[in-house]
Amino acid sequence: MSVTTPPAVHRETEKPSPVRALGGALRGREMPVLLALVVLVGVTYIANPVFLNPQSVKDLLLNSTIMILLAVGQTLLIITRNIDLSVGSILGLVAFMTGTLFATNPGIPIPLVFIAGMTFGALLGAINGMLVTAAKVPALVITLGTLYIYRGLNNAWAGGTQYFADDRPESFGNLSVNTILGFPVITLVAIVVVIIMAIYTVSTRPGRDLYAIGSDPDAAMLLGIPVRRRVFLAFATNGLLVGLAGVLYASRFNSVGAMTGSGIELNVVAAAVVGGVAIFGGSGSVIGAALGAVLLTTITSALTATRVDKFWQQAIVGVLILAAIIIDRVARLRTAKRLRVSEARDV
Amino acid sequence: MVEAQVHPAGHESALALSLHGAVKTFGPVVALAEGTIEIRPGEIHALVGENGAGKSTMVKILAGVYHPDAGRFEVEGAPAAFRSVAASKHAGISVIYQEPTLFPDLTVAENIFIGRQPKGGLGLISKAQMRQAAHELFDQLGVPIDPARIAEGLSIADQQIIEIAKAISLDARVLIMDEPTAALSGVEVDRLFSVARGLRDQGTGVLFISHRFDEVFGLSDRITVMRDGHYISTHNTKDVTIEDIVREMVGRDVDQLFPKELAPIGEPLLTVAGLSRVGVFRDIDLTVRSGEIVALAGLVGAGRTEVARAIFGIDPYDAGTVEFLGKPLKAHDAQVAINAGMGFVPEDRRKQGLVMDLPVSRNVALTLRRQLARFGLIHGATERAVAAEWSARLQVKTESQQYAVSTLSGGNQQKVVLAKWLATEPKLLIVDDPTRGIDVGTKADVHKLLSDLAGQGIGILMISSELPEVLGMADRVLVMHEGRMTAELSRDEATAEAVMHAATASLEVAQ
Repeated sequence: MSVTTPPAVHRETEKPSPVRALGGALRGREMPVLLALVVLVGVTYIANPVFLNPQSVKDLLLNSTIMILLAVGQTLLIITRNIDLSVGSILGLVAFMTGTLFATNPGIPIPLVFIAGMTFGALLGAINGMLVTAAKVPALVITLGTLYIYRGLNNAWAGGTQYFADDRPESFGNLSVNTILGFPVITLVAIVVVIIMAIYTVSTRPGRDLYAIGSDPDAAMLLGIPVRRRVFLAFATNGLLVGLAGVLYASRFNSVGAMTGSGIELNVVAAAVVGGVAIFGGSGSVIGAALGAVLLTTITSALTATRVDKFWQQAIVGVLILAAIIIDRVARLRTAKRLRVSEARDV
Repeated sequence: MVEAQVHPAGHESALALSLHGAVKTFGPVVALAEGTIEIRPGEIHALVGENGAGKSTMVKILAGVYHPDAGRFEVEGAPAAFRSVAASKHAGISVIYQEPTLFPDLTVAENIFIGRQPKGGLGLISKAQMRQAAHELFDQLGVPIDPARIAEGLSIADQQIIEIAKAISLDARVLIMDEPTAALSGVEVDRLFSVARGLRDQGTGVLFISHRFDEVFGLSDRITVMRDGHYISTHNTKDVTIEDIVREMVGRDVDQLFPKELAPIGEPLLTVAGLSRVGVFRDIDLTVRSGEIVALAGLVGAGRTEVARAIFGIDPYDAGTVEFLGKPLKAHDAQVAINAGMGFVPEDRRKQGLVMDLPVSRNVALTLRRQLARFGLIHGATERAVAAEWSARLQVKTESQQYAVSTLSGGNQQKVVLAKWLATEPKLLIVDDPTRGIDVGTKADVHKLLSDLAGQGIGILMISSELPEVLGMADRVLVMHEGRMTAELSRDEATAEAVMHAATASLEVAQ
């Protein structure tokens, strides 16, 4: 839903080109987010040039990585009018499992740990999906329940145990240290995930079905879209991505324990909403959500770099969420008016 | 029961689809007791019956939405039992529902091709191809809809056209249209019918459900009648009359239409002068007097609803004046209009007129919250009493006032909307297509009600797409075309030809 598109009708002259496709993606809801990000970085750089030195940029990217993965996964659900609040608990469980695997099986191949973590995450996500699609209870309630259940399991399993970076092989930790072309390896992983998910949601039939389901679930049912299967798979895929984020968390951060990832779920939803994903489903994009995640992370760093009180950071996140919703609303009204006027001209 | 199966010579080809003795119950409610229909390839088959006769339930069985509890279902001679809508679609059955089922957030092109978007390189969806294909469909239908725009905000007529484009692109062997013309008028209906005839000539079996007899008789080859969930009869259209069919539908003789009774016409209640809204309507003058029914006729999209919305204060306007009861009415403030004694019964009662999940009583009392409230709290018993009174006066048929409005039939829902506004004791009532999608029996009820209200001195501004309704009910007919008023006709001047002429032709011809 591009707001700045001229009302002129694109006729047969239209040909696909990667440049135009990118332009199209950025014209819509993503543009304000990208602009805000650029302005934020610019202003912070002027205030404190250290903000853009290579180490700071690297930290910024590392800090964004986990949030990007979580926001992208959550977006798949929000598009379908669902939500998964248990992502913090899933992340905690997978991160602790990663720590446990390395600590109890020295020499375990790193790819195997990734596979185990992602499978475990997908399983936990699939449980959510099964409950939501079978019980026909809103996902908000179901996943609020599993948030506590999964966290409880994590507590019972971990108890007071914590695993530290020393318990894990150096090459695993290096994933968050080494860079390729200035990008940390785990950030590149997240970027690849964003690209795959963007293609899936924009250019595949099952991906488009997600938007249809969120736009009007009853109509989707009448049209023969396999609503339950799609929603279930979205939950499982989200779990898989959270699982990946959980393994990367163990690479990035020193300690994993019973409380790892707790409270992160609202940041994830905030990132998606700030990135232009409509909370009532049907619109928004994976790229927007990823930008939202970067924006929220950058704000934290920028406010720290400019020595702003921690308290303000949260207030500013709140303002951003409201701004995102207002921008969305205004854009919709403008689109409606534009369509009205252009239609009157057509007649 | 009149059992009149007809098999004229030369028509003995295999059936495209047949359903015999289908039963569907929901708990204690029998929605369909005996669903029987046979559709031949290359015929247009009309299905008629009052609301609640089981037509929609049967359509949903054919579409794979419901699974019948009993009955024999065959598609092209082979037994069929659809587990899903996808299976029914796969078998070549395409359905256009009464309420368009578009996705507001998706583009028009994507709405047509959802689930089967054309693929380009790498197996990915090609938006360019998709738009191109949508363009070709719209060119074929002769409509200027931009495939790249989102579906949100499209008029119901345009939404319906998109549904038709979807069905055509599916290349269906059986096309089922559940009241496709309810929201269309004039040109759109003609266009739809030529499309339907074209499909028939290509061998498609078309099942057509409608409450408009002129359409049923003008279009169909055969007619099947249903009543109270039962199959009644099937006729060759040319062998029967409207009266025969109506008698079978209702099981008794009824006046098809309730003409307005003469009422003394009093002082002007509403005077609108030079009302304009850029790109929507221009220079609208109209007057409604007490005791008068003024019809606002015209094609769908002529701007009639928009004018009504502006008068009532839902939408703003750019120029002109609205005077109500001799005083200027504040623009763009519906609450002021309500307080001054205006009521508005909207076109889309499901979305704009009712809160579907709330009980009947709560819906009726919705406009009365101020009056019913003590210290800001609404007393439940008082609310129910007031609601019960109005429901009874309008003969709303429901087993309990506490049932959700969504459980009622379309006609009864419309009565609830009317009750809601009548409870405010309005002096002027704007009704937008008051009998859209309502069965013959209830339609007459609604007409009688409007006539009675005019008799009590209420002024009524009635938007209607049905010519017989306009001609039968209105004291005066105003006709709009493309946002402008093209004719004002007295009851005597208003003939079908005059109204249609003004609704379709240019300004000069009409005047």
